[in-house]
Amino acid sequence: MDGMLPVTTKPYAAVEGIARRFPGLTVFQDLWFGIHRGEFVCLLGHSGCGKTTILNILAGLDRPSEGAVVVDGREIDGPSLDRAVIFQGHALMPWLTAEQNVAFALSCRYPSWPRQRLREAAREALAKVGLREAAERKPAQLSGGMKQRVGIARALAIQPKMLLMDEPFSALDALTRGALQEEVSRLVTELGQTAFMITHDVDEAILLADRILLMTNGPEARIAEVVINTLPKPRIRATLHHQPGYHELRDHILDFLITRSRTLAGKPPPGWDPRHPPEVRPAG
Amino acid sequence: MAAQVPFWRAAVLSLLLLAALLIGWEMAVKGAGGSAGPAVDPELAALLSPAAAAGGRSAMPAPSEIGARLLELLSDPFHRRGTNDQGIGIQIAYSLGRVAAGFSLAALIAIPLGFVIGMSPLLNAALNPFIQVLRPVSPLAWMPLALYTIKDSSVSSIFVIFICSVWPMLINTAFGVASVRREWLNVARTLEAGTWRTAFRVILPAAAPTILTGMRISIGIAWLVIVAAEMLVGGTGIGYWVWNQWNNLSIADIVIAILMIGLVGLALDRLLALAARAVAWQE
Repeated sequence: MDGMLPVTTKPYAAVEGIARRFPGLTVFQDLWFGIHRGEFVCLLGHSGCGKTTILNILAGLDRPSEGAVVVDGREIDGPSLDRAVIFQGHALMPWLTAEQNVAFALSCRYPSWPRQRLREAAREALAKVGLREAAERKPAQLSGGMKQRVGIARALAIQPKMLLMDEPFSALDALTRGALQEEVSRLVTELGQTAFMITHDVDEAILLADRILLMTNGPEARIAEVVINTLPKPRIRATLHHQPGYHELRDHILDFLITRSRTLAGKPPPGWDPRHPPEVRPAG
Repeated sequence: MAAQVPFWRAAVLSLLLLAALLIGWEMAVKGAGGSAGPAVDPELAALLSPAAAAGGRSAMPAPSEIGARLLELLSDPFHRRGTNDQGIGIQIAYSLGRVAAGFSLAALIAIPLGFVIGMSPLLNAALNPFIQVLRPVSPLAWMPLALYTIKDSSVSSIFVIFICSVWPMLINTAFGVASVRREWLNVARTLEAGTWRTAFRVILPAAAPTILTGMRISIGIAWLVIVAAEMLVGGTGIGYWVWNQWNNLSIADIVIAILMIGLVGLALDRLLALAARAVAWQE
């Protein structure tokens, strides 16, 4: 898995012209994008452009006012075990231990598994995120980073076809966040996992994503640009900023977030094709 | 928040207060009996009450007499010599049996119903007026209706226990279920957990502490109400026993009954508190 775009094939998941409207307010509209197998796509934008709603629609937890999401050739009509979600707040059940939280997810995926098998699989999943020792602990006895690791273990344990992440690291301190980003990067690369992530952190997007979708500010938010991340993988946080092209990429995205996300907001320019927003390769 | 005090200091103070109360009481009763002398005509006194006949001495027993009587009662708490002479243990057992029956019945109905009300905003809104009107009604107000329809007095008192303990459990269950975190439900949905698995593995444990709080309030109310209900319907039970001792004017027995009712109520509350601790969770 080289992480480059298989542009010619049909995407695994396709978002087709979705919109979210309230009476008198359009949060976003005419959103088209695809996520290919093995690809890591980041959606980057300011708060208020409907990022979380988009992720919830992909997860099947929410429905668009218009348009549809097609996954594996079929329009989705609800949540599925094939699309695991890592929530912003870890969303662990506080009355269950770390192991039981993962085992609960596994028991939904594999209802026929006996208890012992669920336990072992849960322990294995926790070991993969470095939590072998903390399996018996309740979430209240875990640090913020450890809780999110359990959330990651729970999502990956059920072997989803696509991983959906809603700003999974935003509640963590910078040090923990960095460590977890690298961990997710490693796991996703190892598994060849298809992933979609919402974020407002530029460095996080550069570290993880193959493609970065840049959203204008709401209301009437749209995808203004698709940034192709050509930096080679695996990307290591410690050396990433020495890579040639890194600064061009980062500056481009920052410029977008600071000014262009605002100036491009509202009515699209004439000749705008919402299905094919411009693609750019700032890193060369 | 008050600062933590060592257990033994509080315990010593409690014992001192108890001792002061008992000594004061003993002296008040003994002193009043000795010096005051007969305040009323002896013949009239004999008609009025046995205590007055005993030389104007108050019917209020001293703690020492109550203690002796307590030992006597507790030496054979489960005796049965006819319908009007049964041990205090038997009477408490009758009351506990009625509370257990009424409370269990209430839990069997209130918890599933509260679950449904908590899950459905429509049902919640529709049933709320009924609950709000019926909840503040004194359970004893149901008694005549229960006696008329059920006829059996013992079953009627169980019904009264049922009706008074159903509301806190119903309201707390509905509230607990309705306030389960959206994110946990979303986790269950993305895992395709299904209705039953979500209900039993997510909603029930999430709401369990709130449900247990409702059960704890209910058992407290049930124990309060059973005494009054048994005073009304008579026959058996600690409430009936209190009323019987009032008719006999054996104040010592009434004081003992109060103590017993208090201790059993405490035990019931502790029991539910233990259950609540078993299902408690913290974030």
